[in-house]
Amino acid sequence: MKLKQTGPWIEHSGPDADVVVSSRARLARNLTDLPFVNQASDTQRREILQLVRSLPFASERGEGLVWIDLQQSTTEDRRLLFERHLVSRQFIESVSPRAVAIADDEQLSVMVNEEDHLRMQVLLPGLELEEAWRRAVEFDRRLEKHADIAVHPRWGYLTACPTNVGTAIRFSVMLHLPGLRLTNELERLRRASNDLDLAVRGFYGEGSDSSGDFYQVSNQLTLGVSETDLLATFVGEVVPRIVAYERMARDILVERSATLLEDRVHRAFGTLRSARLLGIEESMKHLSRVRLGIALGLLPDVPLGTVQRLFLEVQPAHLRRIRPDSTDDTALEPVGEDRMLDDERTRRRRAALVRHELGD
Amino acid sequence: MNTKCDKCDRPAEVHEIDVEAGRDIHLCREHAIEAGFQVPQSAPVTELLTQFATTPPPNETPTPRRAERPTACENCGSTFARFRKTGLLGCPDCYETFARQLESIIERSQNGANAHVGRVPDRSSELVDLHALRRSLIEELDRAVASEQYERAANLRDRLNTLTADEVGG
Repeated sequence: MKLKQTGPWIEHSGPDADVVVSSRARLARNLTDLPFVNQASDTQRREILQLVRSLPFASERGEGLVWIDLQQSTTEDRRLLFERHLVSRQFIESVSPRAVAIADDEQLSVMVNEEDHLRMQVLLPGLELEEAWRRAVEFDRRLEKHADIAVHPRWGYLTACPTNVGTAIRFSVMLHLPGLRLTNELERLRRASNDLDLAVRGFYGEGSDSSGDFYQVSNQLTLGVSETDLLATFVGEVVPRIVAYERMARDILVERSATLLEDRVHRAFGTLRSARLLGIEESMKHLSRVRLGIALGLLPDVPLGTVQRLFLEVQPAHLRRIRPDSTDDTALEPVGEDRMLDDERTRRRRAALVRHELGD
Repeated sequence: MNTKCDKCDRPAEVHEIDVEAGRDIHLCREHAIEAGFQVPQSAPVTELLTQFATTPPPNETPTPRRAERPTACENCGSTFARFRKTGLLGCPDCYETFARQLESIIERSQNGANAHVGRVPDRSSELVDLHALRRSLIEELDRAVASEQYERAANLRDRLNTLTADEVGG
């Protein structure tokens, strides 16, 4: 599979990078004249794949989209796409005809035959929702030129699940909130988000935990609010408020428990630089503290980009295909997802990789 | 008031109206789950949807209209029972086929919003019949005013105004 070792976007830090890891705009679209994916036969699903693949939208800006047929991919490659935030868990677990088209920089990707015929996302580093939206619309326009999209005069864009109709857009930001967690303020954030019709999820979206103190905040409502109004609320109010709240929590920690905080950061850094075996959750926890340490200026020599990259590289499927020369030179035999996860060999390899990246 | 579960002595947590039987149902958490209800916790949208789908909306007139309702979509063959089970519709036409049932489900899942505002495809003049939309909005507005749903009426009026501005502008 022609994917780079890590998502290129993750190493760059965008605006408000101390708190905001990435911004995403995702649109759901369905073609007219064909049943939704759940009701389509495999023949019709293949027809949808062919139809989308034949659309010329990839060539207009010369940014070739790489087409990956998931039925032809290995379990490991599918898991890699998921870890990279390019496809959903539901998508890798399905067995029917489906594919994902990915731009070279991985900022744009299109899942074909997930719950809807097309789910396209633009994923950018830092707080750049407006830019993500601008690019999503640009792509959407190209799509509309060549395909008839299901739209209803009253309900807007039609989706397989009627709770997504209207704009059928999901804006989300991935936030790093160790300060709010350490000060036990997350519950308040969750309640406030709920009141504002926002969903708060973990690092890997729906149903995932908040591994590494990462939280995805996204809109729940898609009807009756235009994309631009939604965007204005997100960019102008919601995200700045959460960012300010997290920074305030960090300030309080520095003010009241500076030594304790420094101790936690340096202990985490020490563990990452010395451990011989590292489990996934343990790695995420320590990396989160190191990330916080960088944001607070406690680890001036550690590049944020490296730590960002490690959050992905310590994931099982990433770990299995990364630089065997510098970590563990024995090739790993292909295995199913259950065996990929956290056996001793994986933990040893993870520790070696992290030592190599953060070591002297 | 603490209503007891219909099937045991525990306090009821789920209260539903069985439209067909014309009676109230009160169930404790365990019996509600057993009966196939989605018991609310901090329910994500997908779960809420199943709840909506299994709960007949209170403002619907029960049995008389039931016979008129189509049971399967002519285009894709999908049924409303299937939707209740999966939370997914079969094709774009299902939105017309099951319009009456879907209306309240969508409104409830979208905080009361009842019409799209925002982007439509650039070719929307071909796809969306603005005049038909205007007519249906005016009818809805009349109904909302007649039933004293002023907030809804205000929303509809805003939407009509936007529509007019779009027509003038575009």
